[in-house]
Amino acid sequence: MAGLMSRTSAIAQAKFSKLLDRSEDPGETLDYSYEQQLTQLQNVKRGIADVTTAKKRLELEESATQQQLTKLDDQARQALQAGREDLAREALSRKASLQAQVDGLHQQEQQLGDQEQKLIAGEQTLQTKIEAFRSQKEVIKAQYSAAEAQVKIGEAATGIGEHMADVGLAIQRAQDKTQDMQARAAAVDELTTSGALVDFTSQGDDLDRQLSQVSQASQVDDELAKMKAALGQGSQAPSLGAGQ
Amino acid sequence: MIVRVMGEGQWRLDDGLAGRLAELDAETERAVERGDQEGLRAALDALAEVVRSGEKLPSDHLGRSDEIVPPTDLTLEEARQIIDDGDLIPDLP
Repeated sequence: MAGLMSRTSAIAQAKFSKLLDRSEDPGETLDYSYEQQLTQLQNVKRGIADVTTAKKRLELEESATQQQLTKLDDQARQALQAGREDLAREALSRKASLQAQVDGLHQQEQQLGDQEQKLIAGEQTLQTKIEAFRSQKEVIKAQYSAAEAQVKIGEAATGIGEHMADVGLAIQRAQDKTQDMQARAAAVDELTTSGALVDFTSQGDDLDRQLSQVSQASQVDDELAKMKAALGQGSQAPSLGAGQ
Repeated sequence: MIVRVMGEGQWRLDDGLAGRLAELDAETERAVERGDQEGLRAALDALAEVVRSGEKLPSDHLGRSDEIVPPTDLTLEEARQIIDDGDLIPDLP
């Protein structure tokens, strides 16, 4: 029986022992390790940039969905004014379904934001460690015997390797989360553009049409009322004059 | 001993805390066996809290850790990946 901490430690150690096997010529190993670290740092920077871009895109999509929610709200109000409670009810049900999706996305977005902060801190730490390694490698080359250098290199390289594995996992998890969110956002997008929200698949288009009819009807009523008012004043005088 | 909390950093801890860590570590495994996501989170949080009570090592520390606590927001699925084949932890370059 082993818990997650001891298992994770054992896995990391198994991976590090492979890394130590490479240490044969200390000078070469040091330079090679340093080059590898710089390459990894670039990968980490790219990984973080990808996550940040994906997060921004998701935020834009969320604000578009927010507009859709407002629109459904307006439509419900118009339907109610037109005495069509049935349509208002449907518009509000749609709004509720959409809202649930948006809330789910929003929660994931916050988790992603936390992960992003940790990633950025992890990248900065990696940069500091690589810098420390760079100065230590010159000291090791100059001051230690080959055997002592092996030990020092092993310790420094595995320490950095452990941190790289840590940041590597963080990037992988953040990327998985953005992919999951992109899939959800695409599903929400599909719902709003097709007008076919979960419970209204069969009548989605019809609801849209009816709601827009209500909206048009209320516009027509408004214009009609304005015209009547205008004509009423314009026609009242002649009709009075004609009648009497 | 030096312990890492993944995603957070490394701490130097009194060796006397090893027993407490082992207890909480065993709880993470029981939570996974029960399929208890909240229990797993609680056990990992408790582990990390003990670790954070130690002395935080500076960013330029180059040594490895004696123990590694996985990310505290680990899902059950990810925990099973660690238990089954260790695939969750990326290979080193």
